[in-house]
Amino acid sequence: MAEAFIYDHVRTPRGKGKADGSLHEVTAVRLAETTLRAVQKRNGLDPKLVDDVVLGCVDPVGEASGDIARSAAIAAGFGESVPGIQINRFCASGLDAVAFGAAQVMAGQKDIVIGGGVESMSRVGMGASGMLPAVDPSVAIPSYFSPQGVAADLIATKYGFTRDDVDAFAVESHKRAAKAWEEGRFAKSVVPVRDVNGLTILGKDETIRPNTDMQTLGGLKASFAMMGEQGGFNAVAIQGHPEVETINHVHHAGNSSGIVDGAAAVLVGNKAAGRKAGLKPRARIRGFASLGSDLALVLTGPVDVTEKLLARTGMSIKDIDLIEINEAFSAVVLRYLQAFDLDPAKVNVNGGAIAMGHPLGATGAMILGTVIDELERRDLSTGLVTLCVAHGMGTAMIVERV
Amino acid sequence: MKLENFRFETDSDGIALLTWDMPGRSMNVITEAVMAELGQVVDHVAGAEAIKGCVIVSGKEAFSGGADLTMLQGLGGEFRKLAKTKGEEEAMAFFFEASSRLSRLYRKLETCGKPFAAAVNGTCLGGAFELALSCHFRVLSDSDKTRVGLPEIKVGLFPGAGGTQRVARLMQTGDALQMLFKGDQIKPAQAKAMNLVHAVVPRDKLVETAKEWIKAGGSAKAPWDVEGFKNPSNKVHSPAGMMIWPPANAIYRRETQDNYPAAKAILQAVYEGLQVPMDLGLRIESRYFAHILQTPEAAAMIRSLFISKGELEKGARRPAKVPPLKIKRVGIVGAGFMGAGIAYVSALAGLNVVLVDRDQEAADKGKAYSHKLMSDQVMKGRAKSADRDALLARINATSDYNALKGCDLVVEAVFEDRAVKAEVIKKVQAVIGRRTIFASNTSTLPISSLAENFERPSQFVGIHFFSPVEKMLLVEIILGKRTGDRALATALDFVRAIKKTPIVVNDCRGFFANRCVLNYIREGHLMLAEGVPPAMIENMAKKAGMPVGPLSLNDEVALDLGWKILQATKKDLGAAAVDAKQEALLKTMVVDLERFGRKNGKGFYDYAPTGKKLWPGLADLQKTKLVADGIDRQEIVDRLLVVQALEAARTVEEKVITDVREADVGAILGFGFAPYTGGPLSYIDRMGTKAFVALCEKLAAKHGERFKPNKLLRAMARKGETFYGRFNPHKAAA
Ligand SMILES: CC(C)(COP(=O)(O)OP(=O)(O)OC[C@H]1O[C@@H](n2cnc3c(N)ncnc32)[C@H](O)[C@@H]1OP(=O)(O)O)[C@@H](O)C(=O)NCCC(=O)NCCS
Ligand SMILES: NC(=O)c1ccc[n+]([C@@H]2O[C@H](COP(=O)([O-])OP(=O)(O)OC[C@H]3O[C@@H](n4cnc5c(N)ncnc54)[C@H](O)[C@@H]3O)[C@@H](O)[C@H]2O)c1
Repeated sequence: MAEAFIYDHVRTPRGKGKADGSLHEVTAVRLAETTLRAVQKRNGLDPKLVDDVVLGCVDPVGEASGDIARSAAIAAGFGESVPGIQINRFCASGLDAVAFGAAQVMAGQKDIVIGGGVESMSRVGMGASGMLPAVDPSVAIPSYFSPQGVAADLIATKYGFTRDDVDAFAVESHKRAAKAWEEGRFAKSVVPVRDVNGLTILGKDETIRPNTDMQTLGGLKASFAMMGEQGGFNAVAIQGHPEVETINHVHHAGNSSGIVDGAAAVLVGNKAAGRKAGLKPRARIRGFASLGSDLALVLTGPVDVTEKLLARTGMSIKDIDLIEINEAFSAVVLRYLQAFDLDPAKVNVNGGAIAMGHPLGATGAMILGTVIDELERRDLSTGLVTLCVAHGMGTAMIVERV
Repeated sequence: MKLENFRFETDSDGIALLTWDMPGRSMNVITEAVMAELGQVVDHVAGAEAIKGCVIVSGKEAFSGGADLTMLQGLGGEFRKLAKTKGEEEAMAFFFEASSRLSRLYRKLETCGKPFAAAVNGTCLGGAFELALSCHFRVLSDSDKTRVGLPEIKVGLFPGAGGTQRVARLMQTGDALQMLFKGDQIKPAQAKAMNLVHAVVPRDKLVETAKEWIKAGGSAKAPWDVEGFKNPSNKVHSPAGMMIWPPANAIYRRETQDNYPAAKAILQAVYEGLQVPMDLGLRIESRYFAHILQTPEAAAMIRSLFISKGELEKGARRPAKVPPLKIKRVGIVGAGFMGAGIAYVSALAGLNVVLVDRDQEAADKGKAYSHKLMSDQVMKGRAKSADRDALLARINATSDYNALKGCDLVVEAVFEDRAVKAEVIKKVQAVIGRRTIFASNTSTLPISSLAENFERPSQFVGIHFFSPVEKMLLVEIILGKRTGDRALATALDFVRAIKKTPIVVNDCRGFFANRCVLNYIREGHLMLAEGVPPAMIENMAKKAGMPVGPLSLNDEVALDLGWKILQATKKDLGAAAVDAKQEALLKTMVVDLERFGRKNGKGFYDYAPTGKKLWPGLADLQKTKLVADGIDRQEIVDRLLVVQALEAARTVEEKVITDVREADVGAILGFGFAPYTGGPLSYIDRMGTKAFVALCEKLAAKHGERFKPNKLLRAMARKGETFYGRFNPHKAAA
């Protein structure tokens, strides 16, 4: 079996996903195009060598419709020969896109691919493509469907995380993200989004609040209490985990992932093709896995999929130097730390989506890049990336520097 | 046309009047013959050029109660027969055809090209209301008795003759789902507000209004058959749909614990149906209807909650040789919590009540309860103050036993104390006539022994009410060893008069209902002692289908009462008759901590004005704590249902229960035993006696002797018998 190497990766900055966000004037395809162009240009890559562009996008409707990966490749000037495919596994789409491309490289069917993702949450809107698992009774009922915020509150309740616990984690996320920017830790990989004249529209992640502290967060109102009670979702969550008497609603705008716009691209290929194209591998993909897990908890997939992947690769959690787990909600990360009894100093060392936001389809590819950059910076070897996924799934990947 | 169930006449304006009036029945129901005749009428109206349209009315007091459920039951039988002879596929095709016949008939009416109007007075429910919904115009009388609705869900079915599709096209989806889930009977004004009907008029204007509508050119096209029709909530898959469907699915689960396939089928039929045109929507509904008709839940619920319940209410256990009695005056001694409730329901039924207590003040306090309940009704607009005054005038509250003279029946509800009861029996006996029946509402004292205080034990009977009396539908009638037929007949006639459902059981400790309930509560106690998280006990009990968890229930009936019963049992039957772990738990709660339940604001729960919450201290009482994720949830459900079902089986073996219908109906109405099972004996039958015995043995090995199956069950398991087979109530009667 061929090995799949990561040769490079880039991402856009993440813009606040509202009408007053800086990237609100930029179309989704332009965001994706920005990253494709950057990764191609800076590696002097002949686009004809790209066998496929795989992009995650969770709401592929409206301006993100009609296979945005092919559209972005065309817009980026890759030429008619480069195909594209858009995939969707909700929040893990960006990582799954890289895995999708890598798998074909490993299987010997493709030589060079670009994986990544894009989401313009300010323009397309979260949920714009609908949410069948919540709507069709034949799926929603056996799924114990509840909105993710309610599920996150269930996780906090079940595993005993208090409001202070989840807020403290959010404070730390902002602190780490601010520091990472201050020290230029993202500089290598963040490409500004520019207008047609080359003027910078956004060059930096936009939602970090370095001054976030327990006191300001303490003043925010729980976001999912009313929905949980009135929509009947608390009862559903409890039926999934009947040892819980009442749901403790602890998540709010300050300890949930931010809604943002952004895109990312990861250049993947086998050894021979990379050499021929004059590329230098930065990391090798050791393995990846996805699975379905507890439907009522929705967001604990990272724990299960990490176990699955470690078993598949014959590794132990101790073999992992750095971990990036998507900060969908504080409790997701806290549960992950608790389940593996992890040292927080190894996890999300540069902050995460609570501070910088979670552009759904792109985040997986973004945090994969973050872990590679940080392994290089610290001169460590092995990193693990994982994301929780709506409808009770999880995806993880292990990479290793070469 | 040859019509037996309808009259058909056409007036000079060319408007036909179809009067539904089935011979030999007090109420119209939908039968095979009714369907056939209605089909002919539709063809005739559609084909006759001179006929402009047709008004459907009832020739009876009420419009109709809907489809004959026994007909639907019969379909199941035919299906099974056909499946044996012709194979599943062909049988299924037949079944689908037959079960969708009514729906197709209504659609034919709706699309026949001539306008139909339904003019409805009195109840119009289920399949009958679906007929009205398929008419192009619906007018209701404003009578107090007029009610429309689709109550199918209450017997494990759902409206399968277009109800789900038409209701969902008449109103917002959320409102439609709520109506279909609840199955409420709806008053005229509300039906109009919900857009279910077009007009509400005085009864004598019904037909006229309907005819006027046709004369004025009423359209023969339903709204959904007009081009450009939009669903009231627009498209299912839309932002609006996202506001409707996720909570609808969640609320379904919240309300049913996913135990009721018919409710789920409503959701699915509406969800799928609203995405296609009417004809396809109806076909989708029919597919789910055929499926639901075959579910064990529907079979069990129809049997227990419709057929058996009806039979028991109509006197299935009444000794036929005693002529019907008209109870006019009932005496109630003891105007406390129970006595006050019994007085209220009796007066509500129009009976004259003598309410006696030790002093006038106590008697007045009992009567005041009726005043309060009626005032609440008046406040809610459900009664007029004149109704309240009339009801109160029927209650004579007094401390004078002499007032009991002339009562047909006297019910005592004094303190649960042998000496007090004995004294009261003597005092009552001294004033009542020789034919008056005496009843005790005791919940724990054997009737036979109480009857020893009465001169004529054959006229002594137990009438055991459940609290709160005005809400609980069941009454247990207890036969002492010497209780005679006239006492039983009187008790049954009384229960019928106050519109409750009776079961008749033979005397024993705890009678029927409380025996099962005490087992249920004990199982909760033992789980707690084992280390099961308290919330899990309560939540899994609800998943099992019980209305409240065992800990919550115990709080309601009071822990100190449980403790007292336990001590009494120990005294009478020896230490082996009580579970040491349960005794230890109750001792801690009652004796050491004085946590008595809701009545003193602390029991297994803490009670605050904002609501109740499990007492955190319970964790400290658990020496071991089980990890929730490691607990076998199905086993928790099994334990909670099996302890009760096993006890019910024991009551059959001991002949406390002599009619299996009574165990099932009594358990559902008396203490809310998982209705979707059809009751504890139906639950065993559905599982299969053999499997049930095996489950009992498995649980006995793991959790103790209390799960040991009794002799009767083991014998039945060996022979592969069921309760409804071996003790077939209809064969016994025949
Ligand atoms: C939680 C959520 C509903 C909040 O949405 P919202 O209410 O629109 O959030 P906003 O960004 O407007 O923030 C609300 C308030 O919190 C404040 N706030 C947010 N983060 C803060 C911080 N770190 N410090 C101080 N205040 C903060 C905002 O300033 C805002 O205050 P304002 O109302 O005074 O302007 C939304 O962020 C969400 O759904 N996140 C999860 C996304 C998701 O589900 N992703 C897919 C699965 S992971
Ligand atoms: N509480 C329940 O849930 C429940 C349920 C079913 C049956 N029961 C039975 O009903 C009976 C009454 O229970 P309750 O809860 O209403 O009790 P209660 O204490 O509320 O009422 C008893 C009433 O009897 C009166 N009384 C006592 N001695 C009397 C006498 N010599 N003459 C006239 N009146 C006298 C008292 O003044 C009091 O008003 C008991 O036998 C009990 O076992 C109770």
